[in-house]
Amino acid sequence: MREIDADLIRRTIKDLFLQANFVLSPDVIAAFEKGKTIEESPVGRDIFDRLLENAALAKEHRIPICQDTGLAIIFVDLGQEVHIVGGDLESALEQGVRQAYQEGFLRKSVCHPLTRKNTGDNTPITIHTTVVPGDKLRLVAMPKGGGGENMSRLFMLPPSAGWAGVKEKVVQTVDEAGPNPCPPLVVGVAVGGSFELAAREVKKALLRPVGQPNPDPEAAALEAELLEAINDTGVGPQGLGGRVTALAVHLKLLPCHIASLPLAVNLQCHAARHAEAVL
Amino acid sequence: MTAAHRLEAPLSRSDLESLQAGDLALVSGTLYTARDAAHKRLVEAIDQGEGLPMDLDGQILYYVGPTPASPGRVIGAAGPTTSYRMDPYTPALLKLGLKAMIGKGRRSEEVRQAMLKYGAVYLAAIGGAGALLSQAVKSVEIIAYEDLGPEAVRRLTVEDFPVTVINDLAGRDLYEEGKRRYARGNKS
Repeated sequence: MREIDADLIRRTIKDLFLQANFVLSPDVIAAFEKGKTIEESPVGRDIFDRLLENAALAKEHRIPICQDTGLAIIFVDLGQEVHIVGGDLESALEQGVRQAYQEGFLRKSVCHPLTRKNTGDNTPITIHTTVVPGDKLRLVAMPKGGGGENMSRLFMLPPSAGWAGVKEKVVQTVDEAGPNPCPPLVVGVAVGGSFELAAREVKKALLRPVGQPNPDPEAAALEAELLEAINDTGVGPQGLGGRVTALAVHLKLLPCHIASLPLAVNLQCHAARHAEAVL
Repeated sequence: MTAAHRLEAPLSRSDLESLQAGDLALVSGTLYTARDAAHKRLVEAIDQGEGLPMDLDGQILYYVGPTPASPGRVIGAAGPTTSYRMDPYTPALLKLGLKAMIGKGRRSEEVRQAMLKYGAVYLAAIGGAGALLSQAVKSVEIIAYEDLGPEAVRRLTVEDFPVTVINDLAGRDLYEEGKRRYARGNKS
């Protein structure tokens, strides 16, 4: 067994949330640059310029990229040969998030669902843990804002809906969302699985570097088809009209029950923030 | 797109008459911030016949919940939040003379009708460009509902805060017009 100290986990997740909120990763910057060359609308091209300027300012002055510094979503790949010592995993992650949001002057956006009273420290957090072979611990921090989450949808389609039905619902979700989720988007799509598996896997799909093709050729072809249909809506950057409504579609195909066809569509705004570390 | 208009808050109806959907404008002067929980309280106060923490006549509301200011800064990231969540409360505020709102995303039919009735416009700032937009904010003061944290009502003084006109006094809507211009045949 390899021992990993809970305090190292706390410090690492704290750093990851700070980094994710201040520094937009190179894949997203490259997607903006590419989007700018494709966009036909002058207003849309100007928005790409502003987004690049925003990212540069955020990085240089350590101002959050967006004021919605998000719910703290964490993906953990826990090697089965790892033994966490000096504390427990969940508390270490929660403590790290609490410190990042306090010390980094990030907005605390978590509240009671009905009274709306703010918890004051951006916790509780959402953790998705997968136990994997090996003696490493991989941590991925994803601050997820409310705009894209609110426009995301989960459908339980009948199997007869097929690909045509899936495509219709995906395009409809993006079209109806219009300007609200801050396009240009990364559109996560999970087809299959179960009610909760589709929702979890679609969020994981958003973490794939923007612009990296799906390694599965079948899925890559379907992604291209969806991207074209989404960009034909004309919604465009910020919903002001244009060619680039989405920068990319990230699709996952998951085996499912013979009676079911779950479909999860998770919209990621242009501030596709994520950071990861392997201990 | 035409050259940017200059708007100085507080506004009069004539300030808004030359604005058309799609125009750029640079706003200077005072913006009051208010988002979900603050809107609820403002409208509750109106319903109960209480005074508001500010006179809304001629003013601009900015839908924002900024990040806390780090040392040496007046404000943190300060981009717009999605406006539709404010829709149920907005007509009551327009009735009190509110002249413009800054946010992002579409407004309801009720809000659009109320804007036409009371002579107000809806402006969008770039969603997610919180670092960039914070540069236009020169001072910040919390004036009400401090217990709401990021949702407290703040008075911002801004200089050349960049916005795009979405809904003008003639009832035009840039989101609808822009999308129509770039939509391609229904392939879905």
